[in-house]
Amino acid sequence: MELNLATNFRRLAVTWMAAAVAAATILAAKDATAQDTFITVASTTSTEQSGLFKQLLPEFKKATGIEARVVALGTGQALDMGRRGDADVVFVHDKVAEEKFVADGFGVKRLEVMYNDFIVVGPKADPAGAKGKDILAALKKIEASKAPFASRADKSGTHAAELRYWKAAGVEKPQGAWYRETGSGMGPTLNTASAMNAYALTDRGTWLSFKNRGDLVILVEGDKALFNQYGVMLVNPAKHPHVKKEAGQKFVDWVVSPAGQAAIAAYKIDGEQLFFPNAKP
Amino acid sequence: MAERPAPLLRARDLTVVLGGVTVLDRLSVEILPGLRTVVLGANGAGKSVMLRALHGLVAPASGRIEWQGGRPPRQAMVFQRPVMLRRSALANVEYGLAVNGIEGAERERRAREAIAKVGLEAIAHRSARVLSGGEQQRLALARAWALEPAILFLDEPTSSLDPGAAFEVERIVAAIAAEGTRIVMTTHNLGQARRLADEIVFIHQGRVAEQTPADRFFADPQSQDARVFLKGELPWN
Amino acid sequence: MFEIFASLKLALALMAGGDAELAAIVALSIELSLAAAVLGSILGLPLGALVAIGRFPGRRAIIVCLNALLGLPSVVVGLVVYLMLSRAGPLGSWGLLFTPGAIVAAQTLLVVPIVAALSRQAVEDAWAEYEEQLRSLGVGTARAVRTLLWDTRFSLLTVALAGFGRAASEVGAVMIVGGNIDGVTRVMTTAIALETSKGDLPLALALGIVLILVVLAVNAAAYAIREWSAKRHG
Repeated sequence: MELNLATNFRRLAVTWMAAAVAAATILAAKDATAQDTFITVASTTSTEQSGLFKQLLPEFKKATGIEARVVALGTGQALDMGRRGDADVVFVHDKVAEEKFVADGFGVKRLEVMYNDFIVVGPKADPAGAKGKDILAALKKIEASKAPFASRADKSGTHAAELRYWKAAGVEKPQGAWYRETGSGMGPTLNTASAMNAYALTDRGTWLSFKNRGDLVILVEGDKALFNQYGVMLVNPAKHPHVKKEAGQKFVDWVVSPAGQAAIAAYKIDGEQLFFPNAKP
Repeated sequence: MAERPAPLLRARDLTVVLGGVTVLDRLSVEILPGLRTVVLGANGAGKSVMLRALHGLVAPASGRIEWQGGRPPRQAMVFQRPVMLRRSALANVEYGLAVNGIEGAERERRAREAIAKVGLEAIAHRSARVLSGGEQQRLALARAWALEPAILFLDEPTSSLDPGAAFEVERIVAAIAAEGTRIVMTTHNLGQARRLADEIVFIHQGRVAEQTPADRFFADPQSQDARVFLKGELPWN
Repeated sequence: MFEIFASLKLALALMAGGDAELAAIVALSIELSLAAAVLGSILGLPLGALVAIGRFPGRRAIIVCLNALLGLPSVVVGLVVYLMLSRAGPLGSWGLLFTPGAIVAAQTLLVVPIVAALSRQAVEDAWAEYEEQLRSLGVGTARAVRTLLWDTRFSLLTVALAGFGRAASEVGAVMIVGGNIDGVTRVMTTAIALETSKGDLPLALALGIVLILVVLAVNAAAYAIREWSAKRHG
């Protein structure tokens, strides 16, 4: 009883190809029936976790009939998605990185949309005495007292901002056992800070919807330097011809339009507004 | 001496090595048509291995097997423990036929016929693996019978059965032989050998020590090894 | 301790209330995991059976590889699928990235090694019993594969279930290739990850309990089928 190796593996390969074709057909059909037009928007975890999109996107769909699908990553990853052409629109909050994105030809034009602000949260007891309205002074005190500080360290807009603040406060690069780099998003970093009773820099939106606060409270807010500017860009169709440029442009146009800006301002958590529209007319 | 008919099967100098042990040692045997052969021998003498080698389940290290007409005819084998598929009794018999290229109405007809001949019509639709040991062995015989094999090998087909079931099996084997199938069977049961055999092939240490018509074998075996064997099995002789 | 109790209550409230969003997420999770389990079985079962029964050069190497794939880190699978499906990658023009199709693809890649390894074991055990008789009947390897796959079908149901469980519990790869898009590619596991990272632990735990109950239900059904089959077929 010999095994005809070729025959049997050929039969196996035929089975596999049939299965693959069947699968592809089913999957393609499923997505086709799903909806008419959709665009992929690369944005940040902090924006999504604030809950803004849950309110904004249905209004966008009502106005234009287009479904915006948000993939939430860190700012760095979102911009990478745009570079690779895996998104049609990029909507993040790191002006320097965004301007480079456009300068490198990956984005068409950067438009300012809104801003929210950062705050510093920390243990109620405030061992470093950071409480106040001055971010740079607060960071200096935290570094001096070596109080535990949880950093995102994940190439995000928040992380980039955090590093800029440290530098401005005279700390070239924070180092030591007190400075914990979690390499994760805002939520997980806050979880870590809560568990460790550490200080952390966070955007107000994430903080307002964060439920695992433990002993942490807001210690530093209101410093003008803490404002966090959002920009939106259409991914350059010249670089990636498949980009849905009409639909994507509609999204860009809508968020800076009076209707979009009103929708942004209308979003509140516990009666507090999170995002402040500031698109240039 | 009457002219001998051409052998159905001739094995020459078969050597089979299993796990480093030489189980068949240049064994030669001729199977002539029209007889019921029972193979006897002590444990480990090589009876089961010889059957498997002749049937083609075990490849010999050296030696030749020659079949009448050049190529092996349709054959079947029944083992000590029957192996049934997870389907009905009838479906099991049909499976054997399907494997051998028999399809459609003829397949069902032959399967039902075989099931009837072994007396299992009443449970033809029951799942084969829940049948009793005796019923499964009869089913195995039906499966083999339906193929209308030229030669049927049986390896201790009744060792696991109670006497009632064993008797049924013997009856069926005799019926199969009567329809023209050549029977080659091993057994430990000398009474069974006496009842069924036309000739005895006695294996000792991997070789055929003796091949004798059954009556003569039990009355007066030719070889010393056979004599010792019979004495051990029937010490009162 | 209170967290767990509060979560239990919340979970029951969510399920009883028939929350539409929760229902949609659960339905999507089951649909995609089922698709991956079925696809993975179509690919993995014959492969496992063929390796169990066939004798060919390189067989042992394939067995070693299959067993090694069992320990395949799922994030690696996610990364590889992402690179393949990305617009910058070879299959980018299929437009599958961040769609349910990408999730099924990644999950299937994780399911196949499990199904192949487990079915190989099941068929090998059965083959030990069946081989002689089937060879005697003249059954060739291809037919033997089909016959044994059918005969061990109830054990293989358990194997397929293991595949389903693997698919349903995957987080990392699904997150990477699916993007956890609200309403499109958000499944139970990625929803749990999201709620956890938002610090909404009771909700995350509630979702987790629902997921466990779903998997339990599927397993209970399979167990019942096996019991029935053992009685009927032995």
